[in-house]
This record gives sequence, structure tokens and C-alpha cells, in this order.
Amino acid sequence: MGFWDKMLAIDRRWIFLFVGLSLLIPMSLGIETKLSISPETAGLFDVYENLPPGSKVLMSFDYDPPSAPELQPMADAAVKYAFMHDLKLIIMGLWPQGPLQAEISIQRALDSPELKDKEVEYGVDYVNLGFQAGNEFVIQRMGSDFREAFAMDIRGNRYEDIPILKNVKNFSNIDFAFNFSAGYPGTVEWVQVAVDRYDVVLGAGNTAVQAPLAYPYLGAGQLVGLLGGMRGGAEFEVATGFSAKATVFMLSQTFAHAIVILFIIVGNVAYAITGRGKSKLEADR
Amino acid sequence: MRREIPLIITAVVGIAFVIQYFIPHSPFDRFEQLFSDWFFIIAACAIWLGALNLLKLSIIKVQRQKKDWQYSVIVIVSWLTMAIAGFAGGRGFQTPGTAFDWLYVNIYTPLSATMFAILAFFVASASYRAFRARNVQATLLLVAGFLVMMGRVLFDDIFFAPLGWDFQPLSEISSFIMNYPNLAGQRAIMIGIALGTVSTALRIMLGIERSYLGGGD
Repeated sequence: MGFWDKMLAIDRRWIFLFVGLSLLIPMSLGIETKLSISPETAGLFDVYENLPPGSKVLMSFDYDPPSAPELQPMADAAVKYAFMHDLKLIIMGLWPQGPLQAEISIQRALDSPELKDKEVEYGVDYVNLGFQAGNEFVIQRMGSDFREAFAMDIRGNRYEDIPILKNVKNFSNIDFAFNFSAGYPGTVEWVQVAVDRYDVVLGAGNTAVQAPLAYPYLGAGQLVGLLGGMRGGAEFEVATGFSAKATVFMLSQTFAHAIVILFIIVGNVAYAITGRGKSKLEADR
Repeated sequence: MRREIPLIITAVVGIAFVIQYFIPHSPFDRFEQLFSDWFFIIAACAIWLGALNLLKLSIIKVQRQKKDWQYSVIVIVSWLTMAIAGFAGGRGFQTPGTAFDWLYVNIYTPLSATMFAILAFFVASASYRAFRARNVQATLLLVAGFLVMMGRVLFDDIFFAPLGWDFQPLSEISSFIMNYPNLAGQRAIMIGIALGTVSTALRIMLGIERSYLGGGD
């Protein structure tokens, strides 16, 4: 068996080892790299940045822990930025785990040194309405009345007793909506119901796998911006000035991508040299 | 009547939703509210039904000592632990500091994140064996994939920024691929899906499509 034949039959544990090292080594080095901001992120941040203090921002956390490495950094940065700039946050989730992910972001923001001297009060500056089953029907119901979809918040307080929600009846009282999505229900449903029917100004953060599906909405102007995957999270961290996990882990992701590309190239070279590619091409003809 | 009643409910609800979309005024908006409330109730019950069904199947598996029944014991214990922690916490069971929140943050989150993270290794291994430039189309897809992968990470920032380049070639190419070929393809797929959805919805509302009722009719 020649070298290239051996390469084709390589034990997958070698691949696992190289991928693992490509992730771990850059992570342990802790090198900070300069990061440029894409137009997709800049578009979203421009709108977010220009919201006046007191603006009501609706954040829908539509993901669970497996997608947190990509989506949590952008959520963390968005929540922290909102608290820093006196934006009023109304949080909800179309996924059962979403509101709990939101609590993680809130806790991180409140524990950060930048917010040490800032008074952020539950019910006045932010509220977590929790999860409601019903997918896009929840969004549709919110179009007429938020209270019908969320009678209580995550702590068991009645909707009408929460100060931040005093003048919030439906989407017409929301200045900006931010959706963090890892699939269904998520950005697509928010665009189709909230943007299309109720003219909500929407920005979205999606996993890298899901982001390509949202590009048609971005191109049509139905999304003001799109944060795609960890790169989107890192760019948003840089834009908000709160560089954290995504910015640090970008180097690991860069090396991991490089290793995967390298392996695919080696695999294709081996495939061509050993003649398997040629015989397959002839068979295809 | 077992077939007629579900067909009538489906037709009435479906038509009501279509009408209220185009005429969002009284009395049609009230239909929407009524049916949405019912949808919430049914969706919440479905979650409970799914959870209880999982518990029931796991108990049966353990009772009958079926293959890998030991895993079902873990399912039952986990199920009961989360349920008890949730009920014990009352209405605010999801707030920080509760037992449910502790279990979620310290057990559920790392376990599910680990399961998903393992995927990266399998994807790398599968890519090595499956992504082959067998023909022109496959080669184009492979090259586009490489360019997007490189454009979405720090290649430009590592290799070109130190040279003083303002232009970021890989990011630009990646952005072009996402904003034009990808966007065009996605739009075509979405239009196709929308047409398919409309036709399927019409078939269901008119009672032509009945497979959702079960029974192989």
C-alpha cells in the first residue's frame, strides 16, 4: 500500500487529533487579533447604536445550549450594550431553553465591571417574559396583544403589574426587535410575521449553518442586519466595544477551518493520484 | 364522523386564518385570537404529552429489560429530577438561584454543548472522506465552500492586514458568494417551498389531502 493509499485509509482518530490541537493551541495562546466588521454586522449595529435611551427592544432567544457557542457571545454583547445605554429590554423565547439562555446573558452583564455602578432593575429596565409554546402563532398573537401571549413573566409576575410593560400593547410599541436564532421557530418566522405584517424593525443573529437562509431577507431589507455564526458574534463584540469569548475563539476557528481545508485537499489529491477519481469519472461517463 | 369532524375543523380554521390575514378587522380578527388561544393550549398539551410519552416508553423498556435498558434508567432519573426541581421552584422556577436553574446551567448546558461539539470532529472526518472533486459541479461547490470558510474567519486579518491592505480579498469573495449565488439559490428554493406550501394547504383545507388523519386513507 503506497503513501496516498494510506492517506485515503487514514484512521479518523488522526483527524480528530489534528482538529482538537487546532482548536486547543490557539485557545491556550490567547492571542488577540484585529477583526474587521462586515456590512451585515455594521448595518445592524448602526440601527442598534442609534436607538435613543429608553427605547424598547424586544429580544427573542430562540436557541438552546448546543448553539450557545455561536449565539451567546452576540446575545451577551447585545444585552450588555442595552443596559449600558439605557435601552429597555423585553425578553422572550420561542424555544423552551431560550429564556434561560437570556438569564445567562443578563447575569454576565450585571456581573461585568462596566455595569458595577449602574442601577439596572428587573421590571423597570428589563423583563423576561419566558417561553410560550406555539411557534409563529406566538408572534402573530403578539401582533394584536402581548398580554394574550404572555400573561406572566418568568418570575410569575402578572403582565399588568410590570412597570416596563405599562405602555406596551403590541409591536407598535417596540422600537427594535433582536432575534437570536438556531432554527425553527426563528428568524424566518419573525420576518414572515413580525416584519411582513407588523413592520417591526428586526435584526438577527443566526448560527453559521442557518445564516445563508436569512440572506434573502437581508437583501430585501426585511432585516436591518445579520450576525452570522461566531464571526458575526465576534464582529458585534468589537462593534459594541465588549470583546469577549467570540473574539478570542475566532483564532481557534480559523485554525480549525485551515485544518479541515487542508485535509479535504489532501483527500482529493490522494483520490486523484491513486486513480480512484479517474476510474469513477470514467464510470460516471 | 371520526373523519368528518377533523376535516370540518381543519377547513374552518384554515379558511378563518386565510380570511383574517387579508381582512384583519372585526369579526375576523376575533377568529384569529380564538384559534391562536386554542393553538397555544394544544401546543402546551402536546409538550406534556411528549414528555409523558417519553417517560412511559422508558419505564416499559426498563420493565421488559429491552436492549440498552440501562440508558432508560438515566432518562427516567433525569426526567424526574428536572420535573421535581421545576415544580418545587414554583412559578419562578427558571430564575437564577433555583434548583432548576442550577441543573440547567451546570448539567444540562454542558452535556448538550458537549454532544454538539463532538459533531465538529465527525464533520471534519466526514469532509475528508466525502468531499471529492468528482466533476465540475462538485469542484465548483468545493471551491466555493473553501472560499466561504476562509472568508468567514481571520485569514484576511492574519495574512493581508499586516501588509497594509485595505482590501480584504477572501472576505469580499465570501460576501459576494453569500450575497449573489447563495441569495439567488435561496430565493428560488423559498419560492418553490412557498408554492408547495400553498398547494398543500389548499389540499388539506379542501379535504383532498387526508394523510395527516392517519389510517392510510
